[in-house]
Amino acid sequence: MSFSYLNACLAMLLAWGAIGLAGMIRPKSLEFAGRTLFPLGALCGIALAVLAVISIATPVERDVLPIGLPGLPFHVRRDALASVFLALLGGASAGISIFSTGYFRKGEGALPGLLCLEYHVFLASMGLVLLADDAYAFMVAWETMALSSYFLVTTQHRIPEIRSAGFLYLLIAHVGAIAILLSFGVMQGGSWQFTFDAMRAAHLSPGWATVAFGLALFGFGAKAGLVPLHVWLPEAHPAAPSPVSALMSGVMLKTAVYGVLRVSFDLIGTPQWSWGLVALGLGLMSAFYGVIFAAVQTDMKRLLAWSSIENIGIIFTGVGLTIVFHGVGMGALAALALIATLYHCLNHAFMKSVLFLGTGAVLHATGERNLGRLGGLIHRMPWVAWLTLVGVLAIAGLPPLNGFVSEWLLLQAFLFAGDVPQTFVNMLLPVGAAVVALCTALAGYVMVKFFGVIFLGQPREATLGQAHDAGPVERLGLLWLALGCVGLGLFPVQVIEMLDIVARELLRLPPGHWGTDWWLLAPAAARHASYGPLALFGVTVIVVVLAALGVRAVYRRRVHRGPAWDCGFVRLDARMQDTAEGFGQPIRHIFEPFFEMQRELPTPFDAAPRYRVTVGDRLWTLLYLPLGVTVRWVADLVARLQQGRIATYLLYSFVTLITLLALVL
Amino acid sequence: MTTLGAVTQLLEIVCAMLAAPAFLGWVNQCRAWLQNRSAPSVLQPYYGLRKLFHKDVILAENASPLFRVAPYVVFGTMVAAAAIIPSMGTGLPLSMAADGIALVGLLATARVFLSLAAMDVGTAFGTLGARREMMVGFLAEPALLMVLFVAAMISRTTSLPLIAEGLTTRAIALYPSLAFTAVAFTMVLLAENARIPVDNPATHLELTMIHEAMLLEYSGRHLAMMEWAASLKLFNYACIGFALFIPWGTGTEAGGPEGLLLAVPVLVAKLAAAGAGLALVETLSAKLRVFRAPEFLATAFLLAVLGLLVHLLLGD
Repeated sequence: MSFSYLNACLAMLLAWGAIGLAGMIRPKSLEFAGRTLFPLGALCGIALAVLAVISIATPVERDVLPIGLPGLPFHVRRDALASVFLALLGGASAGISIFSTGYFRKGEGALPGLLCLEYHVFLASMGLVLLADDAYAFMVAWETMALSSYFLVTTQHRIPEIRSAGFLYLLIAHVGAIAILLSFGVMQGGSWQFTFDAMRAAHLSPGWATVAFGLALFGFGAKAGLVPLHVWLPEAHPAAPSPVSALMSGVMLKTAVYGVLRVSFDLIGTPQWSWGLVALGLGLMSAFYGVIFAAVQTDMKRLLAWSSIENIGIIFTGVGLTIVFHGVGMGALAALALIATLYHCLNHAFMKSVLFLGTGAVLHATGERNLGRLGGLIHRMPWVAWLTLVGVLAIAGLPPLNGFVSEWLLLQAFLFAGDVPQTFVNMLLPVGAAVVALCTALAGYVMVKFFGVIFLGQPREATLGQAHDAGPVERLGLLWLALGCVGLGLFPVQVIEMLDIVARELLRLPPGHWGTDWWLLAPAAARHASYGPLALFGVTVIVVVLAALGVRAVYRRRVHRGPAWDCGFVRLDARMQDTAEGFGQPIRHIFEPFFEMQRELPTPFDAAPRYRVTVGDRLWTLLYLPLGVTVRWVADLVARLQQGRIATYLLYSFVTLITLLALVL
Repeated sequence: MTTLGAVTQLLEIVCAMLAAPAFLGWVNQCRAWLQNRSAPSVLQPYYGLRKLFHKDVILAENASPLFRVAPYVVFGTMVAAAAIIPSMGTGLPLSMAADGIALVGLLATARVFLSLAAMDVGTAFGTLGARREMMVGFLAEPALLMVLFVAAMISRTTSLPLIAEGLTTRAIALYPSLAFTAVAFTMVLLAENARIPVDNPATHLELTMIHEAMLLEYSGRHLAMMEWAASLKLFNYACIGFALFIPWGTGTEAGGPEGLLLAVPVLVAKLAAAGAGLALVETLSAKLRVFRAPEFLATAFLLAVLGLLVHLLLGD
């Protein structure tokens, strides 16, 4: 068999599977499963990322694997789009695997060997999702991904909340999977061939194409956590061990984005611009909804889960924008929006992984997930704190880190949309830009809260004094991901030139012009706008260093330490700092209609005053509870047919038979 | 990079650093006149900085390295921001590397570092100030972006020098959209620079302060850098306003060295007028309750979005 990148990538996925199985040799040995196999998995991840990056510019490769059912072999195909997401999978999972090497401890839920199996099967199935070229292989991989991640989420299955979180995840994942399956069913267009090639060749009427897109958007949106299908995210992410949360949030959600892109631009091929508006609207809503809820959370992992919803919202905004531009035939802008989307996928994989792993390290060091009991950890855990700070600044969309680049590209795409033929779309798009700008600014708020409450200030509990920094391997994992954030931030032209290949292939466009220099990003679609993070960063660093040196050179006074100024009060203690609730208060106040709040306020005469506020998701009571009631009602109705008497069931069969016969004859 | 460009660039950085405290002093002086107080000298902020540079630093016991780095980072980002705003000339080599969106990003970076530093010591005031600053920021930042977008859509570029050049070279016309955004921008400027009605730079009353609350733990050279950065921020905002709304008189590549020489007095005149106007607005308005600040800023945001819609409707 000759070498092809496709085969090499498949070999890496196979290696992941083998590593997983190897974990079962000595399932109880943390030393073997945790400390030996995970680094091997990380190496496979790096190899996969390198292969994927090299292969982006190479022609499409395809193959048929002799596995699967008789007559239904697995078709696989690797193109630029798959390569980009494989690179994301490999690059982010490498850092997470390195971190996991030092992370998993004895006595935490499932056996280490089992964990190793589930983890690597999860990785391999995500890879297969990206490479699958027929609906059958895709759905098998998709379901394997859902199931393996379900088992990972419920690692600590003895805790009832975790079991119910896992169940909710599984439920929504499967509702989504059904929609995806139906979407494939529509897209085969009467040929009854379920290979993707057949779907590409099928000609759907606009109505059926819309149905297929709607189903795909619903199905993939459920996996991605698009509002209103987001409810599983804030439950499942806190339940899972931190590396698993990182993997799910950083990588798994992106497979859903991949799915939407694959279906709309490749399988359907000619998306209509009005679909884009739907995706755009849902994306903006998710971004806004996610970020305001993130701001009021008190559990650090739940906060990050809501922030993932926000980022997925931004990504779907980009997808929507791409579809709109592509639909009205504005190629260059469509490419710009698509590249912003893909860039944000890459960014989010790295920065959200840093943050989730940072919370994992904090969780291990302190045993606390509640923001109200953390604080001051920058002194005890400097490595974790400073590396997390990189992720925090990146996700807050601050230059020169990576989050800013994708934000910049997306805003440019919005800004130069002015020539869309549909006037009302023209009017709507700038409002979209306003929402994106608002969400990014709010993300800054959320991240200041996240970092400030965990790492800065005084420790809110006495036990935090014993917190220890993460081990060297965990630091290495975090460092890898943080460097990813910096690299993606400082070298946008190189990254975009790779992403441009996807845009060319997917949107069938000529190559775009993205930079005038290797350091200067200047998309031709955005007239005269340029961004050179390296120069900007360089100048800022030079000024900072010069200012610090200059001040030190002329400054003749001493620096000494004293107690913090207590403003004349006698006792200043850690409880006087803002709590997480306190920091979220302005958001609760300003966006009150969006939250479902229950407040318990003490009266001035209370002997034991208690203040309690809980913030709930309005969609849960408005949408999910009625839905649950309806489902139960329908189930009860069906139950009337099921009376448990065999005579009745025979009667049903008889009636059915007669009816069918009557129909046929 | 032309020689003129390099000269303009250096001149702008140095002038911004040196002139920013004077601008703040001028605003304070005007304010004092309008309020019938005996006015401090324009040079008062310099005296303040000199005094601070001659004082010891007292660091809180649990201040982390972040607390010590933050003043320089905030100062550095403000200087970098000054370098990309076309206050004197539009031929800035550095403005290639950062357009208007990046400028907003830079200002946000400074804000985040300032807030994080305020939370570092873990006093009640620090965190309170940080929370309020971020509250003001998350509404002011998108409003500023929207203001910028209107100008960018008119000139079809997000590069600030090109926006300024575009406005000067076109025939003078009335842009209704710019009227909306000018009001929005003024509101953002007031809020972001801790001026009345959102914050009061002259008070240390705990219920109302935002910016000062964040600086409570700073002393000596660190405080000096923070104060200097704050005056630079005011200077920068004023210059952004000039570039977006009244760029006439700014030196261009075509204008040559004479244009640059002429730009200096023009800038001084603009700053003097803007400072007086700012003092007037501050004197005429009352300090808002902190809870009302979001409404104030939401108004700014909506005005800016309205400006955008007006631009699209009228197509100017």
